[in-house]
Amino acid sequence: MSLAAESTSGSARSLRLTALTKEFATFTAVRSLDLEVPAGTFFALLGPSGCGKTTTLRMVAGLDTPTSGTIHLGQDEITYQKPYRRPVNTVFQNYALFPHLNIHDNVAFGLRRRGVKDVDRQVQEMLALVELEAQARKKPTQMSGGQQQRVALARALINRPEVLLLDEPLGALDLKLRRGMQIELKRIQTEVGLTFVHVTHDQEEAMTMADTIAVMNGGVIEQMGSPAELYENPRTTFVANFLGQTNLMPGTVAGADSDVVRVDMHGTQVSIPADRAHTREGSGWVGIRPEKVLLAPEGEPIDAPGNHMTGGVITDVSFVGVSTQYLVRMPWGQELMAFEQNTGRRAVLAHGTKVDVSWRPEFAFLLPATQDVNAGAVEEA
Amino acid sequence: MNGVQRLGRWIGDHLVLFGGLLVVAYMFTPIAVVMLMSFNDNSRSRNIYAFRGFTLDNWTNVCGPNGMCEAVARSVGIGLAATIAATILGTLAAFALVRHSFVGRSAMNTLIFLPMASPEIVMGSSLLALFVATGNSGRLGLVTIFIAHVMFCLSFVVVTVKARLAGLDRNLEQAAMDLYASEAVTFWKVTFPLVLPGIAAAALLSFSLSFDDFIITNLNAGQTVTFPMFVWGVAQRGVPMQVNVIGTIMFLISLLIVVGNMLATRRKPAAA
Repeated sequence: MSLAAESTSGSARSLRLTALTKEFATFTAVRSLDLEVPAGTFFALLGPSGCGKTTTLRMVAGLDTPTSGTIHLGQDEITYQKPYRRPVNTVFQNYALFPHLNIHDNVAFGLRRRGVKDVDRQVQEMLALVELEAQARKKPTQMSGGQQQRVALARALINRPEVLLLDEPLGALDLKLRRGMQIELKRIQTEVGLTFVHVTHDQEEAMTMADTIAVMNGGVIEQMGSPAELYENPRTTFVANFLGQTNLMPGTVAGADSDVVRVDMHGTQVSIPADRAHTREGSGWVGIRPEKVLLAPEGEPIDAPGNHMTGGVITDVSFVGVSTQYLVRMPWGQELMAFEQNTGRRAVLAHGTKVDVSWRPEFAFLLPATQDVNAGAVEEA
Repeated sequence: MNGVQRLGRWIGDHLVLFGGLLVVAYMFTPIAVVMLMSFNDNSRSRNIYAFRGFTLDNWTNVCGPNGMCEAVARSVGIGLAATIAATILGTLAAFALVRHSFVGRSAMNTLIFLPMASPEIVMGSSLLALFVATGNSGRLGLVTIFIAHVMFCLSFVVVTVKARLAGLDRNLEQAAMDLYASEAVTFWKVTFPLVLPGIAAAALLSFSLSFDDFIITNLNAGQTVTFPMFVWGVAQRGVPMQVNVIGTIMFLISLLIVVGNMLATRRKPAAA
């Protein structure tokens, strides 16, 4: 049973999923998923509930068997290996701490199963890492949610798995505690240098912690990349809407050069850098993030080259302190979101003010019109 | 505020307490009588229901009445055997019902309640009819009593263990497997310890059901005499005071188990 101990002593190995598919009786949870998680990275699987992210995680842990496809750790295939034979540990969504064992014994569980020596010292070190050394004799039910979460983390981490799987481990915590734990998790990951695969539906959480995010939807990966990449240059309307907020305006491609695509939007022509244009012909959605939208009272200059869109009217103003969030009704009836930093440069614009709208062209992106404009949008938004 | 009002208020404030005390008195008076009677010096009297004086004779000479201690030993033996058999079978059945889906599972879930719901006299007589019909009327005795007791204990075991098992989070077993525990180790280190309180409760329940069953036992016992049958048999002639000793001992043992269990569950948090 010294499998995990041996393999961890070797060099770190990457996790590779190839054409991984999981079908249940009535639906396909994961559809031919290809994914490579480099060793030592903090990887997030982000998506709404039911997108297949937890199923993917469970297959990596060995708790679900794939219908087809393979899972490799370095050169070794672990697709059908029993969960207790893989150097992979999981932090469960509800922590799944053993209620009949105290904290010390919970954390020691994996080590004892593998017959490791000096369990007590290692457990104490691990409990010190998560700052719970004084609670070792308590039962899980005597601890707060945040403490239980740390025990669950310690119980998995102590085994030094090659891959640590985190299944929405912060979901049950309140907002303040969650922020603290996010920073803590990131710190621990950097310290121990293990590969973390984190499943979450919280885009902010994924962006805060992960080196790489894979956005999942309907059993497939929509887009994968660094948080900045996904946010600044989404490839699909789903990614654009799911990660933060976005304005998507209908337009028609008027022409394309090697470096820009020009789009006609209700009579105004805008240009979009070629590497941000995900269609080069026909109609499409021009996307711009609200904080990139620049406003000025009608006729006043805006700090952006190119064309301005005129005829906007402010229909809603929310002053949130750090910024002001405007809704601007455009002549074609659409309401655009615009966030303006509260730099004090200008007074808050009043409801009903006529404004011109523009943005720096390098911030816009173009998506194919065939995609659903509301995909991934949060209900309340 | 005068004295009467004050008294009225005091009574009003403590009404719930009085209610509780009444219930306790109602429940424990018979037990108190049994305990008291176990010290009754009744040797020179035929009237078994009068307290004639204090003595320890009943306690020092428990096995005095002819055949009583044998009957007690028999009942304890049957109780233990039936408890072990019913607990093992019932626990396995509970696991099957909770953990596996098979044809007839929902029917079985309903049928398991039937023995609990049907009158003992009906079950007892139908069992007797079964034994007679299968040509075993001559063999009535310990074995038929054992079979009968296992039968009526089973439903209680299944229901008790099932409840415990259904409340068990499957994630715990998956977490154990994730932490390098094989299927067998997972069962013994996680599943079994967590279900054990349910199994223990089922076993205690089985034993007490078996020990004091009279109706079903009486119909299927043949010439064998269990403790309840002994008491019933001597009741017409006058119950020996030693029966009260046995009753008191049984009560003290159950009290010990309950208190011990309470202390055990209370001590754990305090140890932290």
